[in-house]
Amino acid sequence: MAEPALSIRGLTKVYGNGFQALKGIDLDVQQGDFFALLGPNGAGKSTTLGVVCSLVQKSEGKVSIFGIDIDKDFAKAKYQLGVVPQEFNFNQFEKVIDIVLAQAGYYGMTRREALPRAEQLLRDLGLWDKRNGNARMLSGGMKRRLMIARALMHRPKLLILDEPTAGVDIELRRSMWEYMRRINQDEGTTIILTTHYLEEAESLCRNIAIINHGEIVRNTSVRELLAELNTETFLLDLAEPVTAPPVIDGFEIAQIEPSQLSIVIQRGQQLNDVFSALSEQGVRVVSMRNRANRLEEMFVSMVEAGNKAIDERTQAEAQA
Amino acid sequence: MNATQTLVALWTLVLKEIKRFTRIWPQTLLPPSITMAMYFIIFGNLIGSRIGEMDGYSYMDFIVPGLIMMSVITNSYSNVASSFFSNKFQRSVEELMVSPMPNWVILSGFILGGMARGLGVGLIVTLVSLFFTRLTIEHPLLTVLVVVLTSALFSLGGFINALLANKFDDISIVPTFILTPLTYLGGVFYSISMLPNFWQGVSMLNPILYMVNVFRYGFLGVSDIPVVWALAAIFAFIIVLFFAALTMLERGKGIRS
Repeated sequence: MAEPALSIRGLTKVYGNGFQALKGIDLDVQQGDFFALLGPNGAGKSTTLGVVCSLVQKSEGKVSIFGIDIDKDFAKAKYQLGVVPQEFNFNQFEKVIDIVLAQAGYYGMTRREALPRAEQLLRDLGLWDKRNGNARMLSGGMKRRLMIARALMHRPKLLILDEPTAGVDIELRRSMWEYMRRINQDEGTTIILTTHYLEEAESLCRNIAIINHGEIVRNTSVRELLAELNTETFLLDLAEPVTAPPVIDGFEIAQIEPSQLSIVIQRGQQLNDVFSALSEQGVRVVSMRNRANRLEEMFVSMVEAGNKAIDERTQAEAQA
Repeated sequence: MNATQTLVALWTLVLKEIKRFTRIWPQTLLPPSITMAMYFIIFGNLIGSRIGEMDGYSYMDFIVPGLIMMSVITNSYSNVASSFFSNKFQRSVEELMVSPMPNWVILSGFILGGMARGLGVGLIVTLVSLFFTRLTIEHPLLTVLVVVLTSALFSLGGFINALLANKFDDISIVPTFILTPLTYLGGVFYSISMLPNFWQGVSMLNPILYMVNVFRYGFLGVSDIPVVWALAAIFAFIIVLFFAALTMLERGKGIRS
């Protein structure tokens, strides 16, 4: 079997103030995967990725990129790695073209090698017309795309995207998804994505790890995770307002607004039964949608369970 | 990285640094030339004509090497300090950290960038001085060697300052409260032989005195202190500061959490 694109064993990070951000995590991301690393703010996602790309010094543990141990030959490992950080980290006063060409130069690419690559990437990402403008003049979405172009200049085999679509409008987000899918499928680039848009992870990623309080609480495929969902909540918009929520045996129905109901469907239950019962009671439904994205429900329940467990542990320790 | 890739990376960084200070030339190249022209007019011409000779040379001829050196020192230092700190502040230093460039290349890139500005300003000030005096250089090779080494030394100082700095104030404290007084007291405007014995001894503790004197020796052939000692001191400082800066960079001091 091929070496994983990223292998992490027993990774621990304790910051100078004593805060333990990572508590010995193990993680494998296989070559060619589109992998989501999810977790609430402060869970340890950025610290993990920071260690992988040398922005954070690990306290303990082992990290290998395509089988190259970063403690033994980090420079070689870095050639395989492209990084798109959460925050803008380029000189805002430089020209767009200079930013991508300089990055190529840092990887030893001559200007002659780098120019066609820069043109291709900037064209693909809709920035070619802006190449001679100052980076600070770009919109937020363009700045994000600039960081993607910069990260891909040296043709990395592993691309790390730390919240790449934060603050990007929906249309642009979808076009960025398309681009990410393309480089994953057509060029075989392994992608690790962190995001707060769980719809993004559900739509793009095949495998997923959820990190909370510095520990991996789940590491599985998106499909398996979604299959575990026992319930799904739908919102029904009604043609006319109702004074009280209809009662249907076996279904949990709540009234959100006079013309809107929420209904929880358990695994094995049929939506047809709901519609038939509503129809019999004279309630007409004009539209229906998921209350939240399915993965989001799963994510929230896991994080809440994790937080509850920690609260209980803290209380038990306090009582002891 | 192989040797060619390393050279490409180094050249990329140096070129980026040169582009940075030339792009903002009204802030970086113009002010020193105007300030030094003022020094030449006021101290060299107006006051200097009343002072008479110093160490056997006209006062203007005496202060020109010191003023060139002062420009080189302050510009080398401030270029690296402000550039590297801006990189930290804007987080663009992460571009360098995620790349496979060895730390010594990153350090050398910034130092060469600082030297480019320091020596560039030194050249401009030298050209300005030609409007006021006829420069003669007694020992050209020594003159070039000293100014290049001094520029490297203060670029290194600026780099360490930027690594340790947490806010913009931190990169102005050293130039304002240490570098400027040491430069003014480093024999730019006077010969230390004019001082009482005690203050001559105190002056000998000032490293900038050695650089100014050796540089002046290169121009005029006169120095208050032995040239070999001065060169040895500059070399020693460069080696110590280079390894100190490299060690801090390896440990991620100020840039890696």
